[in-house]
Amino acid sequence: MTLSQLPILLILLPLLGGILTLFSRPKGIPLQRIVSLIFTTALLLLSIYTVTIANSGDYSVYLLGNWTAPFGIVMVLDKLSSLMILLTSILAVIALAYAISQGTDKKGQHFHVLYQIQLFGLNGAFLTGDLFNLFVFFEVLLLASYGLLLHGGGRLRTKGGLHYVVINLVGSSLFLFAVGTLYGILGTLNIADMSTHIAQLDSADQGIVAAAGLLLLVVFGIKAAIFPLYLWLPGAYANTSAAVAALFAIMTKVGLYAIIRVHGTLFSEQANALSGLHAEVVLNLGLVTLTMAVLGVFASRALKEQTAFLILASVATLLIGIGINTTEALAATLYYLIHSTLIGAGLFLVADIIARARGSYSDRLRPGAPMKHAILLGSVFFITAIAIVGMPPLSGFIGKVMILEAALSSTLSTWIYAIILIGSLLMIMAMARSGSIIFYQTDTSLDDDSEKLNIRALALALVLVLASPILVIAAGPISDFTQSVASQLNDHQAYIDAVMGQPAYQGGE
Amino acid sequence: MEWLVAIAIGVMTSSGVYLVLRARTFPLVLGLTLISYAVNVFLFVMGRLQIGEAAIISAETTKYTDPLPQALVLTAIVIAFGMTAFLIVLALKARSELGNDHVDGMSYVAEEQENKVAGGDAK
Repeated sequence: MTLSQLPILLILLPLLGGILTLFSRPKGIPLQRIVSLIFTTALLLLSIYTVTIANSGDYSVYLLGNWTAPFGIVMVLDKLSSLMILLTSILAVIALAYAISQGTDKKGQHFHVLYQIQLFGLNGAFLTGDLFNLFVFFEVLLLASYGLLLHGGGRLRTKGGLHYVVINLVGSSLFLFAVGTLYGILGTLNIADMSTHIAQLDSADQGIVAAAGLLLLVVFGIKAAIFPLYLWLPGAYANTSAAVAALFAIMTKVGLYAIIRVHGTLFSEQANALSGLHAEVVLNLGLVTLTMAVLGVFASRALKEQTAFLILASVATLLIGIGINTTEALAATLYYLIHSTLIGAGLFLVADIIARARGSYSDRLRPGAPMKHAILLGSVFFITAIAIVGMPPLSGFIGKVMILEAALSSTLSTWIYAIILIGSLLMIMAMARSGSIIFYQTDTSLDDDSEKLNIRALALALVLVLASPILVIAAGPISDFTQSVASQLNDHQAYIDAVMGQPAYQGGE
Repeated sequence: MEWLVAIAIGVMTSSGVYLVLRARTFPLVLGLTLISYAVNVFLFVMGRLQIGEAAIISAETTKYTDPLPQALVLTAIVIAFGMTAFLIVLALKARSELGNDHVDGMSYVAEEQENKVAGGDAK
């Protein structure tokens, strides 16, 4: 296998997994579970190998159908996509094992098939170098996510799912409008080629390209849940099963990745008048989103809803980092992205375990019967809460400090400092209130109708939560890596040269 | 001819947007379908309007129409078709589970749940 075939392998592996799990259905759920676990673990190992390959600084470019860019579709593997794929596969293995240990996959048909197709869509979106192909992979991952979100059924889930589906269908239409406009003006859909065309654009066409670029920002904003397009998120994430919600912690990051990749490349410093078109909008909307998310965290009436708003707050913090638009800010953003994805997913799992331990009181923030394992679960909740709100000594704190440090260069630095710091304080207060209601304000006169504690599920949640201390201990190497990712991203000419200069395969080794 | 196509796309989109903002699921499905029709025509027009020109390179042809938008439209049609089918099924599921066809059918569900709780206590 030559190195340039690595990108396509990362996409084909989960697709093959999806097909095989579909065929193993007649043998029942045990075989499907084994096949799904094997393929997801294989994907994890392959993505670890991918990161080591990408870390050398070279781009792996795969030409589909052996058509050179810009005539064919290209798959491009660089440090950022390898990081996103590794994050996805870590999350995928743990969420899948959690779904199996809690029996989520038995509540309906085809859970494992949809799960593999979801990974297929995610990996494709992270690897493609073509705007229309990005649309296609978005549709693949969305269609699988509709199925996973609704998996198991239930009224609240159906209602949250309907909103999610409708807003994403509107988003897909807007995506096509933006793609059409860009193609009409630039005559290409290859992201690298579009970037060179924008650099030589007539001043008469700049307005329309800017309009299409901002329309694309709306589309990615729907995926990433930016204000005012975030209203679908709490309902959808809070009402789906915990394993799916944990996997969906990466879904909002797909939107952020698309902003970094597409807007970062198209409207780089080479784009003359259009340079940095998105940055100011993203920064301002990030600040508003963070404010709304913090209010949401405070107003939540249930733990899963609160977690959904915490995910939103982390997305907003990342948007602020992207909006500052410097290499340092991007490196800090990527560090915070690793932290917030893993810990956000971990909190969904912890919230689910707490909800099961409270029986009919579920995750509602209301005094319930005393829990059997209150000390154990309380400690886990305490650690997770500290990590996600960004208190020292855990990784959320380091990530926020790095973003705040990078914010010094921004003209809006006062606002960034004020909103991030006050927001963190309010989130700490909200989490402290939730913890004390759930663990201290118990009513001994109530009957305990809880399920038995699922040790295996708790262990899986702990693995995700333990990512936080690991991110602190290995903060040096990890921030060095995110720094190198950010500087590679900033070298737009190298990306363009790698994509456009990839020769067609001539046969023979 | 350009203005005619442009107006057609505009009318379809605006009707689609109006229908998407309705409160019931059926107009919503129709609205999304109209928007996807508008998108398809829009994508097609982005290759510029040419009449009776070839899309495939040959020795004697001098004027071509752009084949790429046609391929894009084909992909977009297939995806929109699948998504519409899924949305209709989901709308039917929501109708049967929520007991009404409102997009935001929650208030009814909350009332019903209260009634059920009250009924359960009476037993």
